[in-house]
Amino acid sequence: MIYEGKQKIWSDYQKEIPDDHYFYVRSCIRQSFFPASEAAFLHITRNILNKDIFETEHHTTCGGIAYHSDAIPQETAMTIIARQFALMKKYGYENYVCSCITSFGLYCETMETWREFPDLKEKIAENLWKSCKLEFAVPKFLVHASDMIYKYRNQIAAHAKFKLVDHKTGKPLKVVEHIGCHYSKMFPSKGVGGAEYPYVLAGMIEAWGGEVVDYPERRHCCGFGFRQYFVKSNRGYSLSNTYKKFESMEPYEPDLIITNCPGCPYFMDRWQYVIAESEGKTYGKNGHGIPVMTYEEVAGLVLGFDPWDLGLQTHQIGPEPLLDKMGIPYNPEEKYKGKNGKDLGQPRQLDCIR
Amino acid sequence: MKKNVLIIGGGPAGMEAAHQINKLGHNVILIEKEHDLGGHLAKWDRLFPTGRNAREVLDTLKENMKGINCFTDTEVKSINILKESYNVILSNGITILADAVLISSGFDLFDAHKKEEYGYGIYDHVITNADLEKYYKTHNDERIKNPKRIGFVHCVGSRDEKVGNIACSKVCCATAVKQACEIKEEFKDAEVICFYMDLRMFGRGYEDLYLKAQKEYGIRFIRGRVSEVSENIDKSLQIKAEDTLSSKPMKVSLDLLVLMAGMRPSKSGNDIGKMLELSTMEDGFFNTKDDFNNLQQSKRPGVFYAGVATGPKTLPETLNEARSAALEIHNYLAETL
Repeated sequence: MIYEGKQKIWSDYQKEIPDDHYFYVRSCIRQSFFPASEAAFLHITRNILNKDIFETEHHTTCGGIAYHSDAIPQETAMTIIARQFALMKKYGYENYVCSCITSFGLYCETMETWREFPDLKEKIAENLWKSCKLEFAVPKFLVHASDMIYKYRNQIAAHAKFKLVDHKTGKPLKVVEHIGCHYSKMFPSKGVGGAEYPYVLAGMIEAWGGEVVDYPERRHCCGFGFRQYFVKSNRGYSLSNTYKKFESMEPYEPDLIITNCPGCPYFMDRWQYVIAESEGKTYGKNGHGIPVMTYEEVAGLVLGFDPWDLGLQTHQIGPEPLLDKMGIPYNPEEKYKGKNGKDLGQPRQLDCIR
Repeated sequence: MKKNVLIIGGGPAGMEAAHQINKLGHNVILIEKEHDLGGHLAKWDRLFPTGRNAREVLDTLKENMKGINCFTDTEVKSINILKESYNVILSNGITILADAVLISSGFDLFDAHKKEEYGYGIYDHVITNADLEKYYKTHNDERIKNPKRIGFVHCVGSRDEKVGNIACSKVCCATAVKQACEIKEEFKDAEVICFYMDLRMFGRGYEDLYLKAQKEYGIRFIRGRVSEVSENIDKSLQIKAEDTLSSKPMKVSLDLLVLMAGMRPSKSGNDIGKMLELSTMEDGFFNTKDDFNNLQQSKRPGVFYAGVATGPKTLPETLNEARSAALEIHNYLAETL
């Protein structure tokens, strides 16, 4: 692999990411899957980096899941999105940052469609006024939350308590970066690094001391793929996609998988259990799986957040081997305790995977 | 008094035209931006469909150039359009008053880096057709070490809307089949696969070459485009493609992948075109005065074309165009001056 070749492509796909003042919208599902990721993002940006990140309880889903499942037509999704953008304007912002990759892809698609079809844009503005009495607006800058962490990656590195390095050997950890399909596959110019060799997560890994694993099925879908999972009879297809990725990355012995999509970490985490249960195979060492984390969780670990405050106990694959490698202290007794020491209850311990 | 004819571009078209115009009694000045004459032909090893040594063809063209004014490492700095001639200032400081100008600026090879999914410049064992010809000439390329499985991807940067070029480059199919046979000769145990959209073996002897590739060399032809290239842990390549005849996706590991980069309009040629206010067609190549009756003339009096400046052509077609352009220029000079 010729690293300079990738650097050239990365230099061709840089996007403008404003430094401050953002209207933030959450994901529908991330708070259930990774309960502390969005809170970690807000804590890092607001309290550590002192950025102005505004959010309101009045924002809703972007409609992406319904749109991609053909449950609602495009005009409905666009009107929902127009309402989100209108809220941004109402609160005095012009930079829009979203937590979800599906939302990001749909926002890009919507803004491009409005640019190509001004008549449709007018119609959506009319729909918005009739239904919500809100003034139509389009963000000056649209970014995904991972774009912002990418932008701040060196500042985070400057505050780092731990690195993506084996603290005993000093060797960089081997990290798989998995990009959500809707981040840049539809609009390569909207993603940092483009579609073929995205740099948004690779840049974080490099800045925080890790080594990026480039494996053959790097581009392949995590397996979620909406209908692959939503339609029950297709779930074997979802699983086989994930299986294909793990088989491909196995020879590289990754220490960690880092992702920027709501579905990817969930499916790459949970399907490892199904593979272990059905095939008797695990991809980490000594019966462990490979930890799969969001970029906010990894940033939190690097900054020294308590792993249990980051919600890592909600993952299928235990993070302990990674924490041990990075030299991050943790109290196993606290793993399943919530706020103020409240007992969350322990899940059943599995024999097939840890 | 002899008339001055300036030829811009010292590839096969420019060299052959220079020879013919000189024979017709005019004063020829040929300029070439590179250090050596010959254009892409000078970088090629053998020619389809017969495997003729490119050097022999080039040597003949060079032999015919003897006695003709020729400036290499030279470009056009500016052109003043006069009433019946062109005042051309060259980068070497010389000024030429040309009664006619022939543009034989050829082509640029498509930059294979732009097809990011194929990994040229990223993965060690992805090369282009030009790289392979260089290897055939020198047998010195670290990327080519006794490959056991070799793939050729046709139409790289041609007939591809994604890179902004829907035109066919005309010569890549025959070049790919030629190169596939040659690499099979070099690495006899290797398995060779060509991934094609459809094979355009239109010329005399081309179809014979295609049949020979299958029957004698055992080369496999898969109708389908490669969708992506990745690198395995042992540095071999993983290729994903679709076999559209059997309607199946396929994944193969290869030791070497050759990208058949197509022809794009010459950037330096187009710069000349801007100086002379010449028009191009949608494909970026120059627009001729008439598609049938005046293929060598531009819409500007006294400015002519030969070779790939007006679109992809084979070498014999290019040489014929050069002869035709020479005659057109001769007639123009006789009739108008």
